[in-house]
Amino acid sequence: MVVADIIKLLDANVISNEIDMNHPVKTVCGSDMMSDVLAFIKKDAVLLTGLNNLQVLRTAEMMDIVCIVFVRGKTPSAEMVAMADELNIYMLQTQYTMFDTCGILYEAGLRGGRKVDG
Amino acid sequence: MDSIHYHYLVDGEDFARAGEASSSLKSKLKQLGFPPDVIRRCSIAIYEGEINMVIHADGGDIDVDIYPDKIVMVLKDKGPGIPDIDLAMQAGWSTAKEQILSLGFGAGMGLPNMKKSSDEMNVETEIGVGTTVTMTVNVPN
Ligand SMILES: Nc1ncnc2c1ncn2[C@@H]1O[C@H](COP(=O)(O)OP(=O)(O)O)[C@@H](O)[C@H]1O
Ligand SMILES: [Mg+2]
Repeated sequence: MVVADIIKLLDANVISNEIDMNHPVKTVCGSDMMSDVLAFIKKDAVLLTGLNNLQVLRTAEMMDIVCIVFVRGKTPSAEMVAMADELNIYMLQTQYTMFDTCGILYEAGLRGGRKVDG
Repeated sequence: MDSIHYHYLVDGEDFARAGEASSSLKSKLKQLGFPPDVIRRCSIAIYEGEINMVIHADGGDIDVDIYPDKIVMVLKDKGPGIPDIDLAMQAGWSTAKEQILSLGFGAGMGLPNMKKSSDEMNVETEIGVGTTVTMTVNVPN
């Protein structure tokens, strides 16, 4: 799956100015808690979140996250858009809720971290 | 062996700016050509530590020494200290208030993940004086 597939499946708006539609995505993590993301996210990931602040981008930067999808129509600030472009992190926005966003991507074959050890 | 040394001042007042030191270290490690797994582990360790300094300790100082075979990160604050470090190390244990949770942190996962991500972690803490967390990530050869 690539970024363009995510956009289509989630009927998403592209928030970033710079985006590579053909960038591969392999896994998904949905959370509003950044510590969970820092503990559990895998490589080439999409992050689904309802949290809308600069720490979402910092977390994405630290974990080399490909793409952030803001659920429930959350709109990142102009400062966040500029920072995302600079960091080469793609930002999308969908009107779907977290549950439905996860369901749509799961149904399309994407998976998360499965179970957490211990 | 000589190291490359970096010092960062972490502002405890501004949550939006938390992570700037971590971001800077990450780009430097990338420039220096360290393996992706080493960079990832350092990034997680320093970022959770930097966030802790901001949300629990009103900021502090970060000193990083980069050697060819290891990266040593020292995070020092003059915050309240940690009364029971064994308890604080437990996954899910947190004193963070609702306001911190609404910012995406305070799940009590930081210290355990810092320990897991580094090869060595040492916490020195004194009530009313402050906390110093030292983390080492080894570079496999
Ligand atoms: N630098 C620090 N100064 C004072 N207390 C700290 C510091 N770092 C961590 N703590 C304490 O340890 C607890 C657990 O930390 P952590 O595992 O990072 O979880 P969280 O930050 O989500 O609460 C914190 O809630 C706080 O009480
Ligand atoms: Mg923490």
